[in-house]
Amino acid sequence: MPEDLQGLGVSPGRTAGPVHSMGSPPVLPSSVPEPGADEAQRASAALAFVSASLDELAATVDGAAAEVLATQAMMAADPTLAESVAAKVADGRPAAWAITDAIGEQQEAFAALGGYFAERAADLADLRDRAVAWLLDVPMPGLPRPGVPFVLVADDLSPADTALLDASVLAIVTRRGGPTSHTAILARSRGLPAIVSCTAILDVPDGTPVSVDGTTGVVGLVTPTEAAEIRASGQADRERVAAITGPGQTSDGHSVPLLLNVGSAADMTDDGEGVGLFRTEFLFLGRTVSPPVAEQESAYRELFEAAQGRKVVLRTLDAGADKPLPFLGLAAEENPALGVRGLRTARVLPTVLTEQLEAVSRAATATGADVWVMAPMVATAAEAAEFAALVYKAGLQMAGVMIEVPAAALRARHILAAVDFVSIGTNDLSQYTMATDRMNGDLADLLDPWQPAVLQLVATVAEAGRDLNKPVGICGEAAGDPLLACVFAGMGITTLSMSAPSLSAVRAALATHTLEDCQRLAELALGADDAHEARKAVAGG
Amino acid sequence: MPARDVVVGSRIGLHGRPAAIVVKTAQQQQVTVRISMAEKPPVDARSIIAVLALGAHGGDTVTIEADGEGADVALDAMAAVLEKDLDA
Repeated sequence: MPEDLQGLGVSPGRTAGPVHSMGSPPVLPSSVPEPGADEAQRASAALAFVSASLDELAATVDGAAAEVLATQAMMAADPTLAESVAAKVADGRPAAWAITDAIGEQQEAFAALGGYFAERAADLADLRDRAVAWLLDVPMPGLPRPGVPFVLVADDLSPADTALLDASVLAIVTRRGGPTSHTAILARSRGLPAIVSCTAILDVPDGTPVSVDGTTGVVGLVTPTEAAEIRASGQADRERVAAITGPGQTSDGHSVPLLLNVGSAADMTDDGEGVGLFRTEFLFLGRTVSPPVAEQESAYRELFEAAQGRKVVLRTLDAGADKPLPFLGLAAEENPALGVRGLRTARVLPTVLTEQLEAVSRAATATGADVWVMAPMVATAAEAAEFAALVYKAGLQMAGVMIEVPAAALRARHILAAVDFVSIGTNDLSQYTMATDRMNGDLADLLDPWQPAVLQLVATVAEAGRDLNKPVGICGEAAGDPLLACVFAGMGITTLSMSAPSLSAVRAALATHTLEDCQRLAELALGADDAHEARKAVAGG
Repeated sequence: MPARDVVVGSRIGLHGRPAAIVVKTAQQQQVTVRISMAEKPPVDARSIIAVLALGAHGGDTVTIEADGEGADVALDAMAAVLEKDLDA
């Protein structure tokens, strides 16, 4: 690794340490060898090894992760599985093949049950990979356990992998993934520096000390001494950042309230000046009919009370063809991201929206909370006006819309004239502006919220808000990027909403820049030719 | 052979933590306890994979059976954990 590697920084912070990569699953040789005399013993030994090692692993973690591992250990030691494997060996299959076949059959049985049971099929796949790796004498798949703090390197991480991350992981670098990938969201929520889309990272040999800068996306080659220094200074930075408290403002006192993105009352913290995005989907998941008004009301009340007098911006149900909910009964679409989703579902099922607004209004009245309501996926001023009329009719005071569609950003002035406020969802705005599927990790560079085209649309909306004197917030993942937060403040964005772990770094970034600094950074970003240049110019500016 | 019908008390059904506890309890018994649901043939309750494959949800009725000395004690112990909401 003679030169620095460039990826996409998705979770800020700087650290350094030796690289250790996630083991990839073993592959069985295509030709089946002649079985040896001891295949039955080898198969039992492999399963016993897997069971014991998973139990050992379970002892090193807590909570849900420990339970998942302990159950997986029980599966490896399972008598039904052992019988089935023994039968395959008796049929002349070598141990690794016998285990693969037996687990394959069991996976089918689980998959047929659906739901929670089907998810256990992945646990079986993992224990098969471990047993086969042991039998073929190749490295174990899964998280490395080098015994020292390290930089975790992987092609991509699964939710199960990330559940097992412990304090020895200093940073994450993946070859795939984008700014809204599971890895990125998890890393930000844990305050771990992370870089995704770093194409050459898997070529770096295990044990190589590297520096990781989650802001610039650079992975650099360092000596072990330098690594220790970088780690210490990164730690000092984190402590300095955590020590800054209070409301969000620039160093010269320009106020930029920092709000929280939450999915339920459980996500509320005392930090933050309110809720900038209350996602209400949790109430609707797994339903065969729309949840009753009274049930919705009590869930909203719980969150409004947890806000303790702080403002709450609630987003109405954001579902549709790309995030299907069974009770909506929407037809499958060729192009779901461009189909019936967000506010558009109200065209098909208007009562879901009116009932939700009624429940919100009742909860707001009962708690006296400062509740603002906004609709997702709005494209025209007419849609915004219709939505606002429904909100006022339900007895609520503050109606707004999300700006996620480029059409809405371009017509921000007309949309703002029809509502009280807007909030920019940078994840979808990036997807639609760059014509890049959020789920496609191979196109992550295009999905970067630093893309000047996306920033230009944000600036357009901010300007319209300034002229009409109406609030323009940001509630996408981009608001939690400390450098972008300064850029947004410089554009005239009035509030920034993010997940709780991002608050302190954003607060510190604002507190170390004047409003004029922020305005200059906004100009640098808007003047750049591409996302990489924009980030570099702002980081250096 | 002594047998008993029990309603699954864990709301989430027999997977995750509840399934693990049921299997561990079966492993501690002196006799083999078998468990079945609806039309499916009885399976060894000491097998997590077999218990999961029942696909039992909260409120489903399962049948447990055991034979030999200590069968009743084993069935008592199994019924007690099956009826409880182990995920609470």
